Amino acid sequence: MKNKLLKGALGIAAVSAVALAGGIAHAKDTITIAVPSFLTGGAAGPFGIPAMNGAKMVTDAINAGKLPAPYNTKGFGGATADVIALDEGGGATKQVAEYRNLVEKRNVDAIVGYISSGNCQALAPVAEELKQFTIFATCGTPRIFEEAERKYVFRTMGHATADNVAAAMYVKEKFPDMKGYTGINQNYAWGQDSWRDFDLTLQQIMPNTKASDKTQFPKIFAGQYGSEISAMSLDKADLIHTSFWGGDLEAFIFQGNARGLFKKKIGVFTVGGTAAYRLGKKLPNGLVLGARGPYGILVKDRQSTLNQWFINTYKDIYGIYPSGPAYQYGQAILAAKIAYDKAGSDATSEQLADALRGITFESFSTTIEMKLGNGHQAATENGYGITEYDSENGENVVKDVKFYPASCVLPPEGQNSVDWIKGGMKGAKC
Amino acid sequence: MEAALTILLDGLQFSSYLFIVSAGLTIIFGVMKILNVAHGSFYAWGAYTAAFFIGKFSDMGLPDALGFLIIVAAAIVVGVILGFIIEQGILKHMYERDEVLIVLATFGLFLVLEDIILIAFGTDPYFAYQPMALLDSVELGGITRDVYGMTLIGVAAVVAVGCWWLLNKTKWGTLLKAVIFDREMGISMGINVPLVYTLTFIGGAILGGLGGAYIAPTISVAPGLGTEVIVLSFAVVVVGGMGSIVGAAIGSLIIGILRAIAVHELPQVELFVVFAVMAIVLVFRPEGLFAPAKPRKI
Repeated sequence: MKNKLLKGALGIAAVSAVALAGGIAHAKDTITIAVPSFLTGGAAGPFGIPAMNGAKMVTDAINAGKLPAPYNTKGFGGATADVIALDEGGGATKQVAEYRNLVEKRNVDAIVGYISSGNCQALAPVAEELKQFTIFATCGTPRIFEEAERKYVFRTMGHATADNVAAAMYVKEKFPDMKGYTGINQNYAWGQDSWRDFDLTLQQIMPNTKASDKTQFPKIFAGQYGSEISAMSLDKADLIHTSFWGGDLEAFIFQGNARGLFKKKIGVFTVGGTAAYRLGKKLPNGLVLGARGPYGILVKDRQSTLNQWFINTYKDIYGIYPSGPAYQYGQAILAAKIAYDKAGSDATSEQLADALRGITFESFSTTIEMKLGNGHQAATENGYGITEYDSENGENVVKDVKFYPASCVLPPEGQNSVDWIKGGMKGAKC
Repeated sequence: MEAALTILLDGLQFSSYLFIVSAGLTIIFGVMKILNVAHGSFYAWGAYTAAFFIGKFSDMGLPDALGFLIIVAAAIVVGVILGFIIEQGILKHMYERDEVLIVLATFGLFLVLEDIILIAFGTDPYFAYQPMALLDSVELGGITRDVYGMTLIGVAAVVAVGCWWLLNKTKWGTLLKAVIFDREMGISMGINVPLVYTLTFIGGAILGGLGGAYIAPTISVAPGLGTEVIVLSFAVVVVGGMGSIVGAAIGSLIIGILRAIAVHELPQVELFVVFAVMAIVLVFRPEGLFAPAKPRKI
């Protein structure tokens, strides 16, 4: 009897071991990707929702094998991805707790997203601690890969330095007579870094211009800018730089427009692209508009198969042209597919990181080179244009669009952005 | 001189905005001793309702001037409906409870109402620029000012005078002051205190809604806008003295003018100014500058 029991137990153990071994050896049928984005709060409408839409649209297309070539293989390394949509609101402390929950309790395979620089800054060390493959999609602060070496964290778009160096170069080219400039930026990492890079670049490339000593840094989501608009109206500066985004951006445009601010001053909006399709005729003509890279309205006319697929599919599903965040989340999901295709659907975080590190790939609207931050930070071109309302077609367009290559607006590998700009942007290939 | 005029106008405009939203908060606290965190939701609902209908009416081709009517109507409808439901449905059953519990209840309500906004209006911002566009702009103090923004000063003045008249020149005001002074004594004198509470709460909610509805044409009406305003309102009410209309007016003026000076002269301290004023007042006069006198009970 004892022998029978022993044999039975050994048999069960052997079968279990074989099954377990088989399970390890087989690729997964499904993977889970957590996609955090602002689903509530002022950033949801202009940023979070388009971003989530872009991520879902691309994920669905990948799952169905409907992306154009060369990405027309089904799934992520063959596996179907389930997307967990999460709200990025609530601040960095909440996001860190959510992140830990995603990794330790919900056992997600990859985390792709995040818009806020504050959140990315707080989450990067946590991702490294937990050894979790993570792709930041939109957040802009350069500090993430400049202040520490990362092994598991990636960012598939350029950072704020590129936005602001490109803005300064565009200003120099289009407004060479500009004498002085001021700015209004939100009072946190994103706004302060953006102003710093823009200001430092202009000091280098237009040394005869002067920055106002009364640049404005209102609280994020303040919504009321009456006093700031007055102060900037009285300022002698003839150009206003802003990295406002979300509801703040739209409120500032409304209030500034009503007070003729943009008729008297040149407005440089580094994230203005998100408002271009939404505001329609209410967007003033003549604004210098960026989209944090080659996205949204700036690349509407690019005729590549991938870009036209992205624009047409998005418009068909959501009834509006895709803005920058949709592109940025879409390409981050695409990067995850590339990593899984290379490493396999059962790949560990280490293997996925190895697969994505340092590669170059064609995204929907541009080429992405993962060549900064030891292969973890993307380098892409960056561009600007000038807004104009096309009354014939009833929509905003941008004219005089100019793109600057990544090698022109981003520091070379291993160099800190601030030092690079202060040093005269040596090695920039424009 | 031009700069001084601009600072004054900016300060008055921001003070007016602060006063309109904090007046309702302080009235509710003065009469009911409720620190109503859900006041931010009245503001948000007022803004959403006004923006929604201004947009709809504009789409229907109706005159933009109707926007002003919609603003007033939105404030009243939001105040009456939300105020009545919240006071009768929840707060009425908590008056005997600890004040801290009531604050927590209003905080819960605030979160619930924010979520209902998301369900009702979605996450896409609403734009209601028509009333602002209708009034155009003028040159004043060397810069362009939108007339709509300046009308805010007039609206705040009407609210202030209205509150003063109501409190000091009407029988209803006398009843209110009696309840503020001593609720039990009011009851013993035959005042229908529950009715006073209900109407006060609705009145405060209407003022909160009016703040949001009037600001709606100047902003992108997006989820979460009630959060910012409640923080500023608390600062005003604490500075002025909780429960005092005069205090709310003076508190709004102090914060609004100092903030405008900071924005123009030393933008780095703009954020600091509002809360520095609050901290200083709390240190030297914890009850606020114009806190109503409290009866000493024997």
